[in-house]
Amino acid sequence: MPTELHRNDVGRMIADGAQLLDVLPTDEYEAEHLTGALSIPLKTLDAATTAGLDRDRPVIVYCWDTQ
Amino acid sequence: MSPRAAWRLESLGFTRVFDYVAGEADWLAFGLPTEGTNAHVPRAGQVARPDAPACHLTDRLGDVRDRTRAAGWDSCVVINERGIVLGRIRGDALDGNAEQLADAVMRPGPVTVRPSEPLDGLVRRMRERSTADIVVSTSNGMLVGVLRRADAERRLAEETKA
Repeated sequence: MPTELHRNDVGRMIADGAQLLDVLPTDEYEAEHLTGALSIPLKTLDAATTAGLDRDRPVIVYCWDTQ
Repeated sequence: MSPRAAWRLESLGFTRVFDYVAGEADWLAFGLPTEGTNAHVPRAGQVARPDAPACHLTDRLGDVRDRTRAAGWDSCVVINERGIVLGRIRGDALDGNAEQLADAVMRPGPVTVRPSEPLDGLVRRMRERSTADIVVSTSNGMLVGVLRRADAERRLAEETKA
């Protein structure tokens, strides 16, 4: 079950090696994203597009907000 | 969207999945670093004054007035114990009976903007409506500060020069 994170935990986990994943559409990612985030839009999230992620490291996903 | 993405990753076999539910809007609200073509865009949260006066529903108006004026302001945001914006006291209301409570004189539900709001469009709208300042709050209603249009105009002028 995915664990919900607070902003402060995001920064700490990134410093500890977590991968940050932006799942917004590509144009929104290109406009602005959290520093260091990778882009895999939700609509394209599958085994092929996630093959480059390291399964041994935590993955933090985010979009625009809670909606 | 991110909860679905997190569950999708788990279905793909990822076992250490975390969801930053508040997302990019929350990140921008606190001025944390971003990249991209719009990363340089100045936003409301960067200019809002976090030290703008705030009071609680049960504060005496006389005390609120004294604190507000001493801080150089002519308005005060009314918040609850969690920092959620409930109302605003300004103008003549601030000069009312000192023994009244903030609850009795505040105007509830003030207009607010998100900290991630780009300054250029916001300032344009504020000029059109002759608005001198506006409350900035997070998407869940927590007070971030008050943005003065003069501060925002100054920031935009600096961006133009740079």
